[in-house]
Amino acid sequence: MWAYAVRRILATIPVLAIVALVVFSILHIAPGDPAGVIAGDQATEEQVQAIRSKLRLDLPFHEQFILWLTSALQGDLGISIFSNRPVMALFVQRLEPTIALAVLTTIIAVTLAVPIGVLAAWRAGTAVDRGVMSFAVLGFSFPVFVIGYVLIYIFAIKLKLLPIQGYRPLADGFWPFLRHLVLPSFALGLSFMALIARITRASMLEVLSQDHIRTVRAKGLPAWRLLFCHALPNAAVPIVTIIGVGVALLLGGVVVTESVFAIPGVGRLVVDAILHRDYPVIQGVLLIFSATYVMVNLIIDLLYVVIDPRIRY
Amino acid sequence: MTDLAPQTATETEAPARRRRGLAWNARRHPTVALGAAILLVMIVATLFAPFLTGYDPLFLDPLKRMQPPSWTHLSGTDGIGRDVWSRTIHGGRVSLVVGLVVAVLSTVIGLLIGLVSGYSRIADAILMRFMDGLMSIPAILLAIALMAVVKASITTVIVAITIVEVPRVVRLVRSVVLSIRDQAYVEAAVIVGSRFGKILFRHILPNTLAPLTVQATYICAAAILIESLLSFLGAGTPPEVPSWGNIMAEGRSYFLLAPWIIFTPGVVLAVTVLAINLMGDGLRDMLDPRFAKRL
Repeated sequence: MWAYAVRRILATIPVLAIVALVVFSILHIAPGDPAGVIAGDQATEEQVQAIRSKLRLDLPFHEQFILWLTSALQGDLGISIFSNRPVMALFVQRLEPTIALAVLTTIIAVTLAVPIGVLAAWRAGTAVDRGVMSFAVLGFSFPVFVIGYVLIYIFAIKLKLLPIQGYRPLADGFWPFLRHLVLPSFALGLSFMALIARITRASMLEVLSQDHIRTVRAKGLPAWRLLFCHALPNAAVPIVTIIGVGVALLLGGVVVTESVFAIPGVGRLVVDAILHRDYPVIQGVLLIFSATYVMVNLIIDLLYVVIDPRIRY
Repeated sequence: MTDLAPQTATETEAPARRRRGLAWNARRHPTVALGAAILLVMIVATLFAPFLTGYDPLFLDPLKRMQPPSWTHLSGTDGIGRDVWSRTIHGGRVSLVVGLVVAVLSTVIGLLIGLVSGYSRIADAILMRFMDGLMSIPAILLAIALMAVVKASITTVIVAITIVEVPRVVRLVRSVVLSIRDQAYVEAAVIVGSRFGKILFRHILPNTLAPLTVQATYICAAAILIESLLSFLGAGTPPEVPSWGNIMAEGRSYFLLAPWIIFTPGVVLAVTVLAINLMGDGLRDMLDPRFAKRL
């Protein structure tokens, strides 16, 4: 078991190294002069030259990469071209709203989608099942920003139940904090919910056809105990796996959601960086988000043993 | 049941199915039919956009700013008096072209890489580590970063989204190749001395086509979504070209006064993606029962 854990942890190092290489190379695979593109059409030769030296583009590729990687490992992601402040400082400053949004979205998505998926599997083939599956297809097809504006229109503008946009830090009190996060979390969580519900249903269907479930049923246990105490734990591994995969969806969706709901988080940092062509910021966020995704999936892999005692390494 | 059984079943059914005609297929697979019908309407509408709309998508009438939907302007006008319906229908061209081209490009590139990766162990070790790395980067963010270092145009948008989607195809093709590589008939081909390329293209490639067709539809839907997201965030199609994401981005500042600027392209976008996803789901059930169980 421990040998497996160590091997699995070590196996993430090459993946992270390749992520870093890809993230770093993006600036260099672009045709033409990336410094010129970042500086924009109206830039003077001096401005282009300044960006070139700021991004260390005048050094050979491997030296640039090693310099960038060693400073990144020490928490230095370079300097923002637009604001001239360290990217890491900008990132940390914007972290609270993004973590709040991501955590609340995950909680909402998991607590709603798993029971929905279980219900669909239990009532497979009925109208309930078809309803859930239709919802899942809809959830995949409606982009975050469209759902976001529909929710704002219904709940904030027409019903006036929730604020239209913005963010209140947790320090201002829990209730205003929550009120500002409800709509963004639902908008962001819909496709995540669709994904989880679909996998839950598929995984539950497989477990429900097994012999031990028939035995439990014959014993006369109430349906909810059969489903949640006997079937769901056996169906848990694929569900937890897909939650890990969905984190990529979540981290990408954060950028769009924060932009629709004017939440001053890391996603907004990226969108502002697009407008200013502030490449170091985009690169830094890309690296941290990708590393987060890899680490979340590492933790989930290690958790398999806890979730499913049948798994032994 | 062996792996071969469902495969032979679909192969023997296929000619019979073709003889049964369109109507039979449509009844048998209503979701494919519905998806295809919606998509067909969209394609025809965008092709004949100038005849269907009555307004130039770029024509602006400052006196008619933010007009609510009416008979003269079906979806109202935007913040500088352009007809939203006309812009939405014209914008569909960008989305459909991006979706189609990305689907074809990433399928072809991913197929070639995946075949090599699945068949050669050395190439596999290197290629798959690289693909794993690429897939660890959230798709939208990777596309944003790629767009940040090039000049925005429809071509660069297509290239950026293709780079994002290729690893997903590679992984699918590779898994199919791995499951087939050790089948008896492939071993037989090796024994009779078939060349590497012949084994790959004659014996292995055909098995990947069914799952690839399904994957290509999903990629088409994903590409349309990513294009609109990129444009919405200002990292996609240049703003002078009407595209669904661009129209919505411009509508943001007028949302409280003129929500139709965002809702018209938004709903059309969602319906288009829904239609393609429905087709994908239906095709998956139709082409390969083994993949029906998967996501």
